[in-house]
Amino acid sequence: MQKFGVFICTGCGIGEAIKVDPLAAKAKKAGAVVCTTHPCLCAPEGVAAIRSTLQGGAAEGVLLAACSIRAKSEEFRFDPAQAAVERVSLREQCVWSHPAGDENTQMLAEDLMAMGLAKIAKISVPKPLTETIEHTVLVVGGGIAGLEAARAAAGVGHPVVLVEAKDKVGGHLASIKDMVPEHPPYDVVHPNRVTELAAQVSAHPQIRILTSAKIRSIAGQPGQFQVEVDTPIGALSFTAGAIVQATGARPYDARKLAHLGYSQSPNVVTSQELDGMLGAGKLARPSDGKLPEHIVFVQCAGSRDPQHLPYCSSECCGNTLRQVAAIHRDYPKVETAVVYRDMRTPGQLERFYLAVQSQPNGMFTRGEVEKVEGNGHLKVYLRESLLGDGVALDADLVVLAVGMVPNTADGEAVRTLHDAQKRAATGDSEVQKAEAAKLAASLIHHGGTEILNLGYRQGPDLPILKYMFHDSHFICFPYETRRTGVYVAGSAHAPMDAAQAAEDGWGAAMKAVQCIAAAWRGEAVHPRAGDITIPDFFLQRCTQCKRCTEECPFGTLNEDVKGTPQPNPLRCRRCGICMGACPERIVSFADYSVDAISSMIKAMEVPEEDEEKPRIVAFLCENDAVPALDVAASQRRSWNPWVRVIPLRCLGSMNIVWIADALSRGIDGVILIGCKRGDDYQCHFVKGSELANTRLSNVQETLQRLQLEKERIQVVELAHDEYHRITDVLDEFAGVIEKVGPNPMKGF
Amino acid sequence: MNPSKPLPLLVLGAGIAGITAALEAAEAGRDVVLVEAEPAVGGRVLRNHLYFPKLCPPSCGMEINVRRLERNPRIRVLVRTNVGKATSTPDGWLVTLNQAPAYINDRCTMCGVCSEACPAKVSDPFNLGMKQVPAIRIPHPSAWPRRFVMDRKACPADCKACVDACKYNAIDLNASPLEETVEVSAVVIATGWHPYPIEKLTELGGGTLPDVIANVQMERLVSPAGPTAGKIQRPSDGRTPKRVAFVQCAGSRDVNHLPYCSAVCCLASLKQALYVHDQLPETEVTIYYIDRRAPGRNEDVLTRVAATSGVKLVKGKVGKIERGSGGALKLSVEDVESGRLADAQADLVVLATGMVPNVRTDQLPFGLTNDDDGFGLDNMERRVVVAGVSRRPEDVAASVRDATGAAAKAMVAAGRRA
Repeated sequence: MQKFGVFICTGCGIGEAIKVDPLAAKAKKAGAVVCTTHPCLCAPEGVAAIRSTLQGGAAEGVLLAACSIRAKSEEFRFDPAQAAVERVSLREQCVWSHPAGDENTQMLAEDLMAMGLAKIAKISVPKPLTETIEHTVLVVGGGIAGLEAARAAAGVGHPVVLVEAKDKVGGHLASIKDMVPEHPPYDVVHPNRVTELAAQVSAHPQIRILTSAKIRSIAGQPGQFQVEVDTPIGALSFTAGAIVQATGARPYDARKLAHLGYSQSPNVVTSQELDGMLGAGKLARPSDGKLPEHIVFVQCAGSRDPQHLPYCSSECCGNTLRQVAAIHRDYPKVETAVVYRDMRTPGQLERFYLAVQSQPNGMFTRGEVEKVEGNGHLKVYLRESLLGDGVALDADLVVLAVGMVPNTADGEAVRTLHDAQKRAATGDSEVQKAEAAKLAASLIHHGGTEILNLGYRQGPDLPILKYMFHDSHFICFPYETRRTGVYVAGSAHAPMDAAQAAEDGWGAAMKAVQCIAAAWRGEAVHPRAGDITIPDFFLQRCTQCKRCTEECPFGTLNEDVKGTPQPNPLRCRRCGICMGACPERIVSFADYSVDAISSMIKAMEVPEEDEEKPRIVAFLCENDAVPALDVAASQRRSWNPWVRVIPLRCLGSMNIVWIADALSRGIDGVILIGCKRGDDYQCHFVKGSELANTRLSNVQETLQRLQLEKERIQVVELAHDEYHRITDVLDEFAGVIEKVGPNPMKGF
Repeated sequence: MNPSKPLPLLVLGAGIAGITAALEAAEAGRDVVLVEAEPAVGGRVLRNHLYFPKLCPPSCGMEINVRRLERNPRIRVLVRTNVGKATSTPDGWLVTLNQAPAYINDRCTMCGVCSEACPAKVSDPFNLGMKQVPAIRIPHPSAWPRRFVMDRKACPADCKACVDACKYNAIDLNASPLEETVEVSAVVIATGWHPYPIEKLTELGGGTLPDVIANVQMERLVSPAGPTAGKIQRPSDGRTPKRVAFVQCAGSRDVNHLPYCSAVCCLASLKQALYVHDQLPETEVTIYYIDRRAPGRNEDVLTRVAATSGVKLVKGKVGKIERGSGGALKLSVEDVESGRLADAQADLVVLATGMVPNVRTDQLPFGLTNDDDGFGLDNMERRVVVAGVSRRPEDVAASVRDATGAAAKAMVAAGRRA
């Protein structure tokens, strides 16, 4: 950007702690069209001065040397499509954290200013994307979650196409007579509302239902998904703006629970099979068709068991209570016993539990079922039971409350399988072919599991978080998705009961509708909601290394036959991981680029070795590490003055060329501070922190080439609340650098 | 009313549920007025040290939510604000909002000079009264709006120390409350919960034995921003506890207190057992429970705790807690099934107290229907939707899911014509 203004604030102690004239002089030298100092820039007068500079067309952007980007953000917010705003954190990173009037503090301030000036010169005002956006929401799956999602999306005015694999909607609740109470009264079963819901949704003028249908393919990007569906009346194609996947769950295969007697005795049935009997109005022992006298329910059949399903399926306790209540109502002579490890009836469902527990013909007992033996007449052996170890309950019907397995596909595994199969057939060498064949064999069970058939390089379905559930940041952002525009609802999302699945359908529909609205405005969705920048690929210089297409956590990039990336900007979440991945540095955003950050590194002054003032570049994730440093500064904690902080959108956007730039300039050390990685990652872009760490292993080669010590580079994980630790991290690194000694590249 | 621009939604409560509902609707293009009674957003979640099951800091996700809030031109956030009266209109609700004076205006730079000058101390509401703080202060390290707040009532007579100290003319001790009326198309009630008061658990020593604390207090005790800067110590004498007991269902699942299950306390205690174990590996931890309720993938936390040596899970209901010998506490534990009684000793007892929905006691003028436990029910016809713990006891993940759905419900309700 050629025309930018610079505003330096002297408030909050800045003016007393440092000399601002040299900063202003730097700004003028850098060509600032306006450069003024203000005693309190965030006050209305200061903001008005900035605004008039921008409005007069005198400048396309402003550099505000004042407080952190996290402070005064409302005052210093201008329309991002009209003006670029860069912030230099003189207050937090300099005067609140370093001694006033000190030479090192002054040098820090001047460097921060120089870095800010270097960056603003390299950025431009972004132009928002304007694309044709389709408003239809595609719902995949017609169980309670899918039906509710369809109702919700249509309710806020969006056309909906619901695709159901079976010949009718309703899911497995459709054939069930009663429901666990979702609302008061909580002490009785409720009539099943799913049939009515299905009828309501089917009759909705905005909703089209395709039954016995299967997704053949989904190409494109949010706002423009090209959907092809195979139906009994032939293939249909249409455009959808966003997708709700509500493909539900299936019962765990009870044949794997042989110790519980399933398939050993006809009188051992699953809770679904019992529902079939209750729905048909005929409770009977399969062995002889007579009414059972003693039914034993075995909870956690397969769930909470590392050999089977390690998680709790969440709905089985409620379901068993519902069945027990129905049996006592419809077959008052039948006695029931429920063997449970922990009865899980959270919230108001406790009232349901109490009511069912008080039935005269029912018993609830804590214990684990060791085994079920017998044929027509069954014995249920208990352990860890109050009734005594080895005690057996008599039963003529045993009901296994089997856990739930999500109907999902591991998109990344399917892709790996397909790639391996291809290599096994067409590999370069016999060794490679054999290795690929082995890999393919280990993944073969993923073959044919595809549900969405997404035309994404990274696989045809969503990635899996854990235990085959499609989920990502499941505490703070349960609808965070690694495929923008695809939102999961119901028991494919997480273990949940029908009431929660219904609500989840509304939540996922909300996100689908919101994604369409954001695409229409040309804005990113969470976590950079409102960001209008998009990555620009200078493809003439692309070497088809495929790092960007592999590393994007959101599957944004497809590849052409040669391996050149094909951007899908509406899938993009603007994390900049592609920018960090690219060895040719061809990816950039209007306000964030490899060149802009390199220029910041080059702008800082590197004192000669004999000045004994080492320099450290600290790349900080702006989501967690920058806030932690801000809080540390607000508490007036100090850190080593050799450190120069460069905030990054995500640590994954770190391009290793910056490290080479820093070291070849004689900067003594580089520290990267990012979010926690691993299974319980805290990275808001899922893989960014992990990728940065992986890339650093490649940096070791650069270090060797430059004959530099490996201690000069460090990567640290830090959580948002570790403001008491971040200053120690920086100081300890400075100590390491002091010990290692000056970078021999200084002065070259 | 401008017919081309729909009326905003009103979201009451800027805890995790309210913030979520407001953001999701606003990012979908709706105008939203988000109202919070406290001076900063974040509600109960920010008072937790870590979230289960990942054991990650709540401020991490809140950072993103705050950024979404401050950058979204469609959301108006009103803190220190309560609802006055409301009348139903053909298009929604006409609502009076009463905003308490801030005394500190937009010119505040958070430089902190006022806080240093302030002679008055108050008990810190963010730290549940466990810490003394200046009357003028930042509410907590990641508070947003990022502005100082003042407990005006605590000011000594004629004191102007803060006004004199402030260089930015940011303090006005004579500021008056504001009242405004907004017309909104639908209302999302996400006013959250409060902990069941431990003083009501007299048999468990709540409110009388200083070393019997509530789970919410335990969160503050381990937080770096808490009263002990994160050190787990006994309130009575500051000593490090050698035996910590967690008492589950303290008030919950109890017809004399809260008949329902509060849904989060099992996980909260499992998590807190890990806090204790991580900080004080020598300390013996015992969790007394009726059922270990760790639904879904939260089972992983139970698995982890069950495998942690030094943490015992004991099925039993603690019926009574008394002063024992040598400063210890004596617990009478009843095995629920056998009825057998046993005694146990502890140095610090954490009562896993339940959640009481604020809609049970707050008089909101929207004609909300409550269930027998005081939780609210959606009323789409009246354009009133509940979210989070206003609906049912639930954890953060479920609250966020629920609140996202509530945003859609509110948009549907808003589209209705009376």
